[in-house]
Amino acid sequence: MDFATTYLVLACVFGLCMAWGIGANDVANAMATSVGSRALTIRQAVLIAAVFEFLGAFLAGGEVTATIRKGIIDVALVADQPELLAIGMLASLLAAALWLLAASSRGWPVSTTHTIVGAIVGFAIAGIGFEAVEWGRIGTIVSSWVVSPLLAGTIGFLLFLSVQRLILITSEPFQNAKRYVPFYIFLVGFFVALVTLLKGLKHLGLGFTTTQSYLLAFGVGLTLAVIGKVFVNRIRLDPVLDKQFHFANVERVFGVLMIFTACAMAFAHGSNDVANAVGPVAAVISLVQSGGSVGREAALSFWILLLGGGGIVIGLLTYGTRVMTTVGNNITELTPSRGFAATLAAAATVVLASGTGLPISTTHTLVGAVLGVGMARGISALNLNVVRNIFMSWVITLPAGAILAIVFFYLFKAFLT
Amino acid sequence: MTARSYVTKIFGKAPVRPIQQHMEKVVLCVCELEPFFKAVVEGDWSRAREIQHAIGSLENEADEIKRDIRLHLPKSVFMPVSRVDLLEMLRIQDMVANKAKDIAGLMVGREMEMPASIADDMIEYASRSIEATRQAGTAINELDELFESGFRGAEVKLVESMIRRLDEIEKHNDQQQVKLRTSLFAIEDDLNPVKVVFLYLVIDWVGHIADLAQRVGSRLEYLLAR
Repeated sequence: MDFATTYLVLACVFGLCMAWGIGANDVANAMATSVGSRALTIRQAVLIAAVFEFLGAFLAGGEVTATIRKGIIDVALVADQPELLAIGMLASLLAAALWLLAASSRGWPVSTTHTIVGAIVGFAIAGIGFEAVEWGRIGTIVSSWVVSPLLAGTIGFLLFLSVQRLILITSEPFQNAKRYVPFYIFLVGFFVALVTLLKGLKHLGLGFTTTQSYLLAFGVGLTLAVIGKVFVNRIRLDPVLDKQFHFANVERVFGVLMIFTACAMAFAHGSNDVANAVGPVAAVISLVQSGGSVGREAALSFWILLLGGGGIVIGLLTYGTRVMTTVGNNITELTPSRGFAATLAAAATVVLASGTGLPISTTHTLVGAVLGVGMARGISALNLNVVRNIFMSWVITLPAGAILAIVFFYLFKAFLT
Repeated sequence: MTARSYVTKIFGKAPVRPIQQHMEKVVLCVCELEPFFKAVVEGDWSRAREIQHAIGSLENEADEIKRDIRLHLPKSVFMPVSRVDLLEMLRIQDMVANKAKDIAGLMVGREMEMPASIADDMIEYASRSIEATRQAGTAINELDELFESGFRGAEVKLVESMIRRLDEIEKHNDQQQVKLRTSLFAIEDDLNPVKVVFLYLVIDWVGHIADLAQRVGSRLEYLLAR
């Protein structure tokens, strides 16, 4: 390929832009329930997000990256024209980055995932042909966009019901909170670790057997639960707080749990959204590295995930902190017991999707989870018109991503080939 | 790029705290009736007028809160309880304060003298109504805990017992009303007929306060019903 170096540089620049955009804006969405329930300060949230987004992208992002890289387009059709694929991926990346920038500045509920998938499908149809798109795979991905909020909603509903039954409606909610919260922490650690071990670590060359994975995940869960227990036991009943609001001390216990779920959420977001942002970068780089042979299975270089993770952290530190502060100030009524149920439900769903290689929208999943907790009579007021806006954003985002990608595709084709 | 996140938009402005604040104002407003009636009995009209103003401004503050709650509760909002039931409860809370304002306004406007033979009973009767309002306020103060527990369990039982207590106070208030009317009836021939008519009206209105407080309680029970 003649423009190999140009492709490489552009891919890294666009990929970094995209990752920056996610860090600046999207991370705040993912962390909204954690920051909004005031279990974490902004500083703590940013720190957790920086570390766990990075870890999520690095440890569990491989499958989703692979889907974006080679799961949507039938690459065999462009075996003789690898540069078509390269500039297509560049166009998709730029389209997604710009659309995301425009949309988040207006507060539209758009998703990185939808934009990227829309863009890749768009360029594939225009640049290669209708048959180049793996429609079956697209069908699975699109249905996962519907299923993921529903699944998160169901998990959120059940989690909150369990919190209610075991803790909130009992006559000794404080003691019961201290008793059961370590168990929930175990659940967080076990589930996230299990999915990551079973599905995520392949690209790092760390293969564990199923039994080993279960044992390791159990160990991770147990370790976290013990750490959580230490923190929970430090909380002493403060009668002054309970005068104003009888559940104030119970919520303090849930605050400990919220720290763990916030980590899981950042991890989940990193594993999915970061991964699909760097997917096109990975596609371009593997094309260039393999000297233009489209079909070759190039191993995913882990430095690409490093690039994505790094970009997110920069976005978070330069701009995301501000968005997160506004989020914290705007959510006024979310208590940690609810925030935990919604966040864990969303994180579990997203991690599961990441393990399966399905690029889904973390934010829409989180909205689904919040609604699920609301259905369990958990949240004092929800604006249901947000749901309508999300459907609208689907209808707009997919064509918008596609059209932008097509425009950039022809531009790049004119200048770069 | 402006700093906005749409996940925040899904969380509506919950009316729980404002409804409690509204009720706190209502209770403060009604409590002013106690010194008010004392001032009336003593014939201290400048003091009565002062208290009437205090009642008026507390009622205004409650109105402001009520208006704000209504503005922030669009039809698309989803809550664990019916929006209509919640707004109806708020409306009745507000009527309690209105009634207190009406009583003060009428009595000051007409400089109504209190016959000495019913004065003590009247003060006692008014303080029953105030107690009913206080009890309704105590129950409403549990609203945030009810939302927290999802309207289930131990918290519901606590609120139900508060509402039962409120019903008892109201019943007691009814009995006092009968007694007060009888006492007034016994002396009414000696009084100016127009003044007597208005005394009956005041007795009626003070009773309304307890009735309305009880209705706040039963509206709260509506919320508890699943």
